[in-house]
Amino acid sequence: MILDGKCPTGPIEQTWDKHRFDLKLVNPANKRKYSVIVVGTGLAGGAAAASLGELGYNVQAFSYQDSPRRAHSIAAQGGINAAKNYPNDGDSIYRLFYDTIKGGDFRAREADVWRLAQVSNNIIDQCVAQGVPFGRDYAGYLDNRSFGGAQVSRTFFARGQTGQQLLLGAYSALSRQIKAGSVKMYDRREMLDLVVVDGVARGITVRNLVTGEMESYAADAVCLATGGYVNVFYLSTNAMGCSVTANWKAHKKGAYFANPCYTQIHPTCIPQAGDYQSKLTLMSESLRNDGRVWVPKKKEDCGKHPNEIAEDDRDYYLERKYPSYGNLAPRDIASRAAKEQCDDGRGVGPGGRGVYLDFADSIARLGADTISERYGNLFEMYEKITDEDGYKRPMRMYPAPHYSMGGLWVDYNLMSNVPGLFVLGEANFSVHGANRLGASALMQGLADGYFVIPYTIGGYLATVKPGQVKTDHAEFKKSVEDVKAEQNKYLSINGKKTVFEFMRELGGLMWENCGMARTKESLEINLKKIPVLREEFWNNVKVTGSGAELNQQLENAGRTADFLEFGELLCRDALHRNESCGGHFRAEYQDAGEAQRDDVNFCYVGAWEYKGKGKEPELHKEPLKFDNVHLAVRSYK
Amino acid sequence: MSDHKTMTLTLIVWRQKNANDPGKFETYTAKNITEHHSFLEMLDCVNEDLIHTGKDPIVFDHDCREGICGMCSQVINGAAHGGQERTTVCQLHMRKFKDGDTIYIEPWRARAFPIIRDLIVDRSALDKIIQAGGYTSCHTGGVADGNAILIPKPVADEAMDAAQCIGCGACVAGCPNGAAMLFTGAKVSQLALLPQGKGEAAMRVKNMTEAMTACDFGNCTNHYECMAACPKGINVKFIARMNREFLKAQFT
Repeated sequence: MILDGKCPTGPIEQTWDKHRFDLKLVNPANKRKYSVIVVGTGLAGGAAAASLGELGYNVQAFSYQDSPRRAHSIAAQGGINAAKNYPNDGDSIYRLFYDTIKGGDFRAREADVWRLAQVSNNIIDQCVAQGVPFGRDYAGYLDNRSFGGAQVSRTFFARGQTGQQLLLGAYSALSRQIKAGSVKMYDRREMLDLVVVDGVARGITVRNLVTGEMESYAADAVCLATGGYVNVFYLSTNAMGCSVTANWKAHKKGAYFANPCYTQIHPTCIPQAGDYQSKLTLMSESLRNDGRVWVPKKKEDCGKHPNEIAEDDRDYYLERKYPSYGNLAPRDIASRAAKEQCDDGRGVGPGGRGVYLDFADSIARLGADTISERYGNLFEMYEKITDEDGYKRPMRMYPAPHYSMGGLWVDYNLMSNVPGLFVLGEANFSVHGANRLGASALMQGLADGYFVIPYTIGGYLATVKPGQVKTDHAEFKKSVEDVKAEQNKYLSINGKKTVFEFMRELGGLMWENCGMARTKESLEINLKKIPVLREEFWNNVKVTGSGAELNQQLENAGRTADFLEFGELLCRDALHRNESCGGHFRAEYQDAGEAQRDDVNFCYVGAWEYKGKGKEPELHKEPLKFDNVHLAVRSYK
Repeated sequence: MSDHKTMTLTLIVWRQKNANDPGKFETYTAKNITEHHSFLEMLDCVNEDLIHTGKDPIVFDHDCREGICGMCSQVINGAAHGGQERTTVCQLHMRKFKDGDTIYIEPWRARAFPIIRDLIVDRSALDKIIQAGGYTSCHTGGVADGNAILIPKPVADEAMDAAQCIGCGACVAGCPNGAAMLFTGAKVSQLALLPQGKGEAAMRVKNMTEAMTACDFGNCTNHYECMAACPKGINVKFIARMNREFLKAQFT
């Protein structure tokens, strides 16, 4: 089937304005008759729930943490992009649009990206009004920094805690609506099923993580803002609770999963220290504004103290390979370059899996105080984890899974192919193509939540009668029974291996065979091994305790079971895409280390349909058209 | 790194099935721990051993494991988050302990934070304080340009110092009175410092302090334990600022 993204046509500058006018409206007196479920309360979900509640809809919001203030959006460090052009350095909405399309390696929809660039400026204004303390100069004007993949300074920041401050802004707006009674907040709840009645999304089944009870919630529309899936690699920069579960359950109820193979491996993370490690820690890309990346030129120097390696014996490989962007080359390119140096035997630190990020030049130029003001919290974090002082010796970095560009397929209105099911933020596939540029995730989450869904959901709700299905419907009961049966199964297996042991094994397979570089052979290995591991899980996992209590192992068992199915789909998608683009690097398709796209055969969104247990999923395609930015080989040289 | 010496530790951990269970300390041994383990990774290892022997693992809140989400919450050897300056439990590393140590691990203890299970407490009272007024009442859309109101760097910086609270509740756990003054003071100060928040400042401080009392938090008697426990190093001067705002509000 050929999918239709329902993008507006005409001059790109007018698409969003024209579309907003064409969308149907729900009049203010009728809005209170409609109810909306929002799952996930990070930047996208929190902003959506607050904005929809303010408009007058009855909103029910759900979070697996104990408070909506804890979603993993909070961990974003460096900043948020906007096309304000405050520094007068040549930025514009068109340039942000252009950079994002190019940065995504021409695998995103033009109209969606245009809209993102257009509303980016509103986001900054909104956050300032909420009291987000962005960095400013002495006169009081907003300050900017640079990020990868751009030659202008368009990134707004709140020290190294931008995601935290933006999330707390959305959380405060949400708290105001909770107080006003327009949003009912349900925390410590995990969505374990989507309820679909006659092909339309009507509600969700959630587990109350404190009591273990199954609860049903019905609404006229369901919004998933449930984040990304890179914990499929086990070790990633994501929070421990991040999972594919909500998306996967929706997928099994009919929602197409688009481009799962587009995963972002972030170039600057603290290298792994041991097998017991539970997660990897990112160090903001903003560090590459002032830090220089290098490895020793000679293999025999790798074991030396970095400060003893002479300047001439250092290979500043990003500056060498990409002189015009230098250390600010996009993430996919910087990560691959790091892997290339380490594969060449010139990596540093344990196992030779590391490169240096060196601040000595910046400290000499600007002074340690300036560097500390810019990145102090990051240096502190680095020291706590590694016991090394980044001011005195270069930091060690290695790429780690960080973000998923793929996600549930949505049309221009952010609605999936299941009517009534909307998907926001990282959970959808829409704007980042095959590679996300730094400081664009916060922008997308807030764009979707504050400025897109409040309009587009009205266009859908205006066409449906409110309150048609209640939780006493047979589909809700069936959903609860199915979820309970699955939970009981985990508890009854009583095997020999823990949930973590399975997750670690799956993550190892994914990283080894479907990580920064993939080949037909490596992917075929995974397509053989993952089903075997999944089979073993269902026969040999051990989960203690019961379902009628707070049981973290049971929660993790469900997430792992879903990753064991999803991982296979990710590999299948990677295998079918016989090209390299952005974060998807197939070693067979390269031109001296650079990704080699195949626009003739693969210039489309690949969206997979679930066909049932044990059956092969079916691929649907949405062709991508580039009328404004011409398809070209991406060059940062 | 495998070449490092490993440690064996004795853990004395608070176990409590649910809110109604009286709870008690249990003793466990943590083996093969290196200096590079984080505190939570050390607990992960203990839990894996417990599961293998068919026992219920120790339940604790955690999520980002990089010190920013505010989910982790343990009192270690009597100190909230373990007593290392400006550090959450998840960022505490085992190099701060030595082979043979005995470590006491408890949940946050405060009247306003009922225990849910083991080391997990209910901190929804903190959300209630924010819901009482921890926001500016701006609408989505229809706001002024970000540069329309200038905020000089020193003001923006001070607001940021207050804004970086992660809402973990260590200040409450550290306070002998179980007060949430630092938590509330930080939010009141952030918004009172910024021009965007000034309009509602009087109403905000009244409503938020009222919510604080209604949620069973105690009063401040200047112990400064909150500041010592705060993983973000938030200064008690923000409590003083809140008190001034509160006083001002009585006359408006």
